Formats: sequence, structure tokens, C-alpha cells
Amino acid sequence: MSFVEVSNVWQAYGDRSILERVNVAIEEGEFISIVGASGCGKSTFLRMLLAEETPTKGTIRIDGGEPAVEPNPERGVVFQRYSVFPHLTVRENLVAGEGFATFWGRLFGVQRRAAVERADEMLERIGLNHVADQFPASLSGGMQQRLAIGQALTAKPRVLLLDEPFGALDPGTRLRMHEFLQELRAETNMTVFMVTHDLEEGFKLGDRCLVFDKPRWDPHDPGRYGATITYDFDARNNGIPFQTTKETENVVHAATA
Amino acid sequence: MRLMNHFPGRPGAVALAMLPFVLVLAAYAIGSDIRLTANPADKLLPAPGTIWDTAIRLFTEPDRRSQEILLWNDTFASLARLLGGVAISALIAMIIGMAIGILPYARSGLSGFVAVLSMVPPLALLPILFIVFGLGEVSKVVLIVIGITPFMTRDLSQRVLDIPREQFVKAQTLGASTWVVALNVVLPQLLPRLISNVRLSLGSAWLFLIAAEAVASNVGLGYRIFLVRRYLAMDVILTYVIWITLLAFVVDWLLKTISRKAFPWLEAGL
Repeated sequence: MSFVEVSNVWQAYGDRSILERVNVAIEEGEFISIVGASGCGKSTFLRMLLAEETPTKGTIRIDGGEPAVEPNPERGVVFQRYSVFPHLTVRENLVAGEGFATFWGRLFGVQRRAAVERADEMLERIGLNHVADQFPASLSGGMQQRLAIGQALTAKPRVLLLDEPFGALDPGTRLRMHEFLQELRAETNMTVFMVTHDLEEGFKLGDRCLVFDKPRWDPHDPGRYGATITYDFDARNNGIPFQTTKETENVVHAATA
Repeated sequence: MRLMNHFPGRPGAVALAMLPFVLVLAAYAIGSDIRLTANPADKLLPAPGTIWDTAIRLFTEPDRRSQEILLWNDTFASLARLLGGVAISALIAMIIGMAIGILPYARSGLSGFVAVLSMVPPLALLPILFIVFGLGEVSKVVLIVIGITPFMTRDLSQRVLDIPREQFVKAQTLGASTWVVALNVVLPQLLPRLISNVRLSLGSAWLFLIAAEAVASNVGLGYRIFLVRRYLAMDVILTYVIWITLLAFVVDWLLKTISRKAFPWLEAGL
């Protein structure tokens, strides 16, 4: 059985279909890029992986577990913005990654000291130890995203979900963030889903690249049919991804639909 | 250059800030002088010097009968009512506002009710309060609470809703319960809002306090003003008005300073 199992997922808001017949199986440790045009449901798909939304039909299981009904520590997340807490310093943001799971939402005594130590290790790893006592608002966009990724990792999630994490960064910072993410992945080998509207980024970072699009289109009622996965590329070969598509497995073809 | 692009220099800005005060004072002094020349016994616009003398007398000389300085008694009584009322309102508004902002069930159940409640004119309820709570302290404090709590609650619940959804989701992925989200994500970010909210509400709170004191009381700044009105003692009234203005200004300044000192993360981005 695959690590993340998405079976026959549909999502609709009222009459408006967003996603239909999404089937995909992800192995543990895979880096999945999700690309597609605006409004094609890729962010909706991520929100469902996050369990912020539940699908109207179908299930999403992680490691064979029950489908989640609300966000939980199994899923770590980094959004394009607002993923860190503005009222906590950089270090406290990382400590919160461990402390929020307790009753009071904070750690005391020995536990706290241990958590601060681990936070400092994480700060070293994400290169933010020099700003440990500053507030996120005084950090650059790239630093904030590194903090957000570090914070998500502190809670030790089984899958990491990234929603256009580098969308608001300038090109230079974005390249450095790519390197950072690749190093981090080499160390931890975690399962990652990344939504991006940048194809190049998707193929560069991902092992697999899922493309969302609408296979059916009703010109009189655009909301009638939802989007689904129309391509499932093997993206590992860095630049020559099209040779080894996995189309046979997970794709609904326009012709058969 | 367009007028909107002209900026005053530092000395110019200070002078401009002083100008309206100076103008008002000058207008008053001239008006008072004209009336007093026509009729030295005029009570309507006492000379600034007379007001000053009255102020000194009010602040320092004890009342002949009670041997207490009435102005200070009035000040302490009024401030206790005001701060008590505002503190109770802040607490209620905070709890209900957070509930409305965080819990969908509370939002469905309460937000409409609070919106309607904030439309009730509080002063119209004053007679009811006097009947129900008597003429003592309770009715005055309750008037302030009824007057400002609905507005504060609406504003604070909106502030909670303004916190980016991402933060709520992120906190949940870190394992936070509803309670932890309220305590560690919403509350710290709401406190500075609460302070600015209190600053805005203080104006109405003073209004309700003085109205309640004017109707039924035996001590308090509002009571005194409406008492000496019978003797046309404009010098006393003006002293009290200036004193209330000063108190309001100091309270506002204190709150602003507390907010700046206590929430350094607010200004981290500036």
C-alpha cells in the first residue's frame, strides 16, 4: 500500500465542481510538485491533503490511517505568507512547534530548556541563529519562509505541504530557497507536496509533477466540471521529464472522459 | 508643486500644532474681556485669571463643611467608576469577541445579537438602570458597560476574524487545541487591539459616566458640573471641563505607551 493514498476524490462548493475523480498514490519520501493554471483546484487539493477541507466524495489516507477531518500534526504546512506567528520571536516560533501540542500550549522547566536547545539546532540548520530573538516582521521574505519550514519540521510531520512557498520571493532568494529545500530533503527524506505555478520550479524540485486541469469543459457553465490530474510526470531526470511519464496509471484522458 | 505634497518642517509642525490652542484661548480671552468691560459682574465668560484662581482654590482648599477637597473626591469617585466600567467591558468584550471570532457556533449564535444590542441607545436605558440597580455606584458602572461593550465586542471579534486563516491552520498542524489557539495565537495578538479599542471607547465611557452622574449622584466630576450650573459658576465648570480633558488625555497617553512597550512585535516591521 502506498504512503499517501488519494482515491476517487471529488470536491464541489454548491453547484460548482472544483475537482473530480482524483486518484493518485504517493510513496514515502517522494517530492510531489503540483502545477496547473489558476483556479484549477491545485490549492483546493492541497487544502484537502491538509484536511482543512474534506472532500465531498472519496478519501485521502496517510499510511493507511483514517481520513482526517481537521488539520493535525501528521501534516506540516508552509503557506505563501502568514505561516509564522508575528507575536513570537524566531526562537519562540520554533519552540511553539513543540509546545502547542501541550495543554497550555507552552513548555516549562526541563522540557522547555530541551526544546530551546533543539530550536537552536534548527536555527543553525536553517541559518537563522543570528536573528533568534527578533520578530518575524523584521525578517526578509526568504528568512520568514525558512523559519516557517523549520517550524513545520519541528512538529515532525509525516508529510510536508507547501502552498506556493516561494511565490512571494524575488528570483535570487527563490534560487537559494531551492538549494535550502533540496539540502533539507537530502537530510530528512520526507514526503513533500508542493503547489507552485512555476513549472520550472516544479520540475527542478519534484520527483513527480502532477498537472491539474479540466478534461471536460462546458462553455455554458464553467463550474459544471471539475479539474483532475491530467499529467503525471516523472520529474527526476532533471530537464528531460517527458520521456518517462506515468500517464497510464493516474491520468484521466480527455478522450475517455 | 501640489498642495498635498508640501510638508511642514519640524519647528513649523510644532507651531502649527500649537496654533489652534492659541487661537481658541485668544478668542476666549477677547470675548471675556469685551463682556467684562460692558458688565464687570458678568458670570458667563469669566476672565482667564479668575478661572486660574478658582482652579487653585478647587485643587487646594478643603470644603468648609466637610473639610475635604471636593475636586479630588470627585476625581477619585469618577475615575473609579470609569475604570471599573471600562475594565468590566474590556473583559466581557474580550471573552465574547474571542468566542465569536474562533468558534463558528458562537459566531452563528451571538454575532447577530451583539449587532442588534449595539444599536440600543444606552442613555435611553438609564432610567431602567436607576430603577433596577438603584441610584448607587452599580447603575453608573452598568451604564458604561452597556454603552461600550457591544461596540467593543463587535470590533474585537472582527479583529479575530482578521487574523490570517493560515495561522489557525498552522497552529493546528503543530498540534494546538482550540484552547491553545485561543490562548497562544489569538489572545496575544488581540491584546494590542484591545488597548486601541479601549482608547476609542473611553470617549463614550466619559460621556455615559457624566450623563449618569448628572442625573443622580452625590459625588463625581459630572455631578459637580451639573450642581454648580445652578449658580452659573462658569469658572468652576470650566475648571472641571479642562481637568476632565486632561485626565482623558493622560489615560489615553498611558494606554498608548503601555501598548508600545508591551507589544514590541507590532513595530518590528516598521
